[in-house]
Amino acid sequence: MLSRRIIPCLDVRDGQVVKGVRFRDHVVMGPIVDLALRYRDQGADELVFYDITASSEGRSVEVSWVETVARVMDIPFCVAGGIGSVDEARSVLHAGADKISVNSPALERPALIDELAAAFGTQCVVVGVDSRRDSDGQWRVNQYTGDPLMTKVLPRCTLEWVREVQQRGAGEIVLNCMASDGVRRGYDLEQLQTVRAACDVPLIASGGAGAPWHFHQVFVSADVDGALAASVFHSGAINIPELKRHLHDQGVLVRIC
Amino acid sequence: MQVVLMDAGGSNIGSLRYALQRLDVEAIWTTDVETIRSADRVILPGVGTARCGMSRLHELGLVELLRSLRQPVLGICLGMQLLFAHSEEDDTPCLGLIPAAVKRFTERPGLRVPHMGWNRLQIQRRHPLLTGLNEGEQVYFVHSYAAPVGSWTLASAFHGGPFSAVVACGNFYGMQCHPERSASVGVKLLWNFLGL
Repeated sequence: MLSRRIIPCLDVRDGQVVKGVRFRDHVVMGPIVDLALRYRDQGADELVFYDITASSEGRSVEVSWVETVARVMDIPFCVAGGIGSVDEARSVLHAGADKISVNSPALERPALIDELAAAFGTQCVVVGVDSRRDSDGQWRVNQYTGDPLMTKVLPRCTLEWVREVQQRGAGEIVLNCMASDGVRRGYDLEQLQTVRAACDVPLIASGGAGAPWHFHQVFVSADVDGALAASVFHSGAINIPELKRHLHDQGVLVRIC
Repeated sequence: MQVVLMDAGGSNIGSLRYALQRLDVEAIWTTDVETIRSADRVILPGVGTARCGMSRLHELGLVELLRSLRQPVLGICLGMQLLFAHSEEDDTPCLGLIPAAVKRFTERPGLRVPHMGWNRLQIQRRHPLLTGLNEGEQVYFVHSYAAPVGSWTLASAFHGGPFSAVVACGNFYGMQCHPERSASVGVKLLWNFLGL
């Protein structure tokens, strides 16, 4: 049986890992490789690196740090940030990433997902969805969330987009629930449950982890395959081995190192 | 020891190369027939589709070579699937070194495809390839097609049903999991293969 995955997310800017609250006001957490190795040693199941300003700066990921990470890393990692073509994806995968995640460029041109799936297989293609409840009560997709000045709310409903990206060949979906991101009051269970019902591929919850029981809650009540978090791991508020022991004791299947 | 990584068009050959470097093995990345024939160990990696993988092996004239190799050969992920007789993926005839067919996981409620993440190994048969591995240790998988359990199965895993995770048939070995991405358990698997 598959284990539920614990996934630290490292937001990357200018070669450093940074973290903001609600996608704003970033502070430097440390060098990429140091943090990556620390999480590997603690028993993280996978890492996600977001080059958070790539899309809003109109560029793709800087490949040099991907290769540096790949040389030392023996757990899977996914890279996101401005990847807008098969060639850009290839350079990131060839540098050693296991998966690439697309978000804003896929919203600009949804056929990108089809092209990536055809070129590399669906298992390499993750689609990140930044979603927030709109004033009319609908969950809608946001674009260019790496830069608060450029962030746009799209007319697209989150559920429609989740269905479309799967048809186009997404092999995994990361749902970033923007309203709960960074505030540590728990994952957005209602939204994740709703998206889960529309999602046949692995679904990763993102945004809101503040305590070990939030992870237990999201695995049990939203049946997500993995839970992603950043600040609680960076700050040491949650220690991964203790978190996994807690989940194991509660009957959740996890990988204990 | 000379270790060769066959370039069957997979996109993640780099991560395997780095994993071998961490074991102080500088693998040669090649499609050259003589280099492959004379190597001590041959690794067939691969991410992508069975059809693309087989087409590339045919184009490069490596199909007969692979079948004739006598040294230990290791197929990883798609590379392992290609060792089998047939893959349901695009109805592709494969190398036929292991007499069974690779099939797609059947999607049903609660069973996610691709099978992506860490899963437990159930040891079916003790073998030097599994030295130091314990029942229930976890390795990383990413795939939508899987090989059945049979006499070739050294370790199985379970996703909707049992499937082959580590196989051996004569001098041909296969790992559906990614040893290069399976932390300390993966290191043991690679190390054991090099020591066969």
